[in-house]
Amino acid sequence: MATVSIKNLVKSFDKTEVLHGINLDVADGEFIVLVGPSGCGKSTTLRIIAGLEDVSSGEIYIGDKMVNNLEPKHRDIAMVFQNYAIYPHMTVRKNIGFGLRTSKLSKPDREKRIDEVAEILAMTELLERRPSQLSGGQRQRVAIGRAMVRDPAVFLFDEPLSNLDAQLRTQMRLEIKKLHQRVKSTIIFVTHDQVEAMTMADRIVIMKDGDIQQIGTPFEVFHEPANMFVAQFIGAPSMNMIEGVWKDGSVKISNNLSIAMKVERQIADGTKVVLGLRPDDLTVGDEQKLFEGTVHVLEPLGAETLVYVTVDGREVIAKASGRTPPKMGATVSLSADANNMHLFDAKSGEALT
Amino acid sequence: MTTVDNLTVKASSKTLMAIKTGKRPKNMGQIIRWLLLFMGGIAMVTPIAYMISTSLKFPHEVYNLNFIPDEPTIENYTYVLEDGRFFGWFKNSLVIATLTTISNVLFDSLVGYTLCKFRFPGRTIIFVAILSTLMIPTEMLVIPWYLMSQSFGWLDTQWGIMFPGLMTAFGTFLMKQFFETVPDDFIEAARIDGLNELQIWWTVAMPLVKPALAALAIFVFLGNWTAFIWPLIVTNSMEMYTLPVGLSTFGDEADVAWELIMTGAAISTLPTLVVFLVFQRYIIRGVVMAGLKG
Repeated sequence: MATVSIKNLVKSFDKTEVLHGINLDVADGEFIVLVGPSGCGKSTTLRIIAGLEDVSSGEIYIGDKMVNNLEPKHRDIAMVFQNYAIYPHMTVRKNIGFGLRTSKLSKPDREKRIDEVAEILAMTELLERRPSQLSGGQRQRVAIGRAMVRDPAVFLFDEPLSNLDAQLRTQMRLEIKKLHQRVKSTIIFVTHDQVEAMTMADRIVIMKDGDIQQIGTPFEVFHEPANMFVAQFIGAPSMNMIEGVWKDGSVKISNNLSIAMKVERQIADGTKVVLGLRPDDLTVGDEQKLFEGTVHVLEPLGAETLVYVTVDGREVIAKASGRTPPKMGATVSLSADANNMHLFDAKSGEALT
Repeated sequence: MTTVDNLTVKASSKTLMAIKTGKRPKNMGQIIRWLLLFMGGIAMVTPIAYMISTSLKFPHEVYNLNFIPDEPTIENYTYVLEDGRFFGWFKNSLVIATLTTISNVLFDSLVGYTLCKFRFPGRTIIFVAILSTLMIPTEMLVIPWYLMSQSFGWLDTQWGIMFPGLMTAFGTFLMKQFFETVPDDFIEAARIDGLNELQIWWTVAMPLVKPALAALAIFVFLGNWTAFIWPLIVTNSMEMYTLPVGLSTFGDEADVAWELIMTGAAISTLPTLVVFLVFQRYIIRGVVMAGLKG
């Protein structure tokens, strides 16, 4: 186990700067998830930590040691790739034991270690098989086993679940989380899937265009988003964003619609703002109505139904009960607790609440 | 099930239609393809059959163009195998072809791997330079090779015969192209697992391109086994001749001993057959992808 510290990390490919001064501190034994859309720099950051990419400027520390100029093999890390990268010409046993080739363990100790890891991953019966004889989930487990066997200070996962089907992904998500609880190693996990990030992370790092947008616990990034990007990226469906103008302690959305909000900081009247409302925080058909609209699409999900409501020409998504959803075309009232509303500066996108 | 039934119905109605309209249900294109393949097969087998046939003839019968000898004999085989020179030439060819094959498999793949998986200044220029040598005909290279051999003292030596072919541009190109199919993730995973670059090449990359190595080994072995012009030029003594050069000396100024040449040629095809049989099982693609997603 070890801490990981990134200081002012800049990475350029030729003249294109893709990381613009990243700072991140990962605690010992922490499970941290880097999440963001394609091209945000999350995989590049991970590859730099692994030593597979050079640093343009900045410093990377693993434990107390600066590793900028260390080869990947000297960084005491293990990495699980999106494509598994298990060797097709080797059996599962050889694949898992591959990382021990350069270790100083004796052969019986190596075999013992391989057996232990295989047992943890429930792969003992598959040890003599080749990758072509395994399912996608089993192959990914072999890849994890190859990383585990070396008992590294830091585990790096580069979108390891992207190639699995939805059911298997949920299962593997749980397995990786259990694994973390068991081995208590530092894990840095890259994904573009916000559900993976929310369910697995101790803290989430949300990235966009080579910058960190917010670092926080799943609770913080969901309930206290730092800006509009984070607010919309985390949560499905995305947060409703309604543009308006700040006036006399309210968000004036149109001539007929103003919503009062309690904001601690001073906002000048006339400031363009965006009101953020999570679909989960909107109650359909409540008497304390915030606003009213017409239902134009219903998406039943079983336990709940997504209700698309047209409010004053804008589309607002709300969640209703799966058992008693509103009717199509019906006029419904929507309400929300004032404590659950978010306010953002329309120009900078920064949170004002 | 419905789909299968529908297909059966469609297929049956097509056949019925063909019978009603008097068209033959067989595909003419397929017949033509078979015919062409058959002709190609005949064209390839005939010289081999004729070689074996001639090797079983007496000298007076050689110019009769019959496939089956009137009086078959193994006397030519006895003569060639008892002739001490034949085994010397055979040994020379075997040593030269084997060493050249090993050298090509190792060095072409090493250079191909380096050009494919490493980023360094001048990489493209080096690759283009290697490729451009493919455009120079061997005949043009023979004189510089000879002068080199002369200045290094390699004339009439096995090394002299071998050195121009120890690495080839074609092999480098072939291997580079095959290494392109090895995903970088494999290489990077091995790098993280602590292997050095040479170990990664040997342990991870090479087993993944076995089909290409097998193809390269077959090409290089056959090319060197049958090489004639350069060994003829660079060797002077009978002892240093390779098999093709040695076989051409059978007979005398007045007459060529075709029956002996064909006998030698028939025996000399055996190693090439062995090489082909050993390596052909590796020429099965699809191994690389098994360790990846899907």
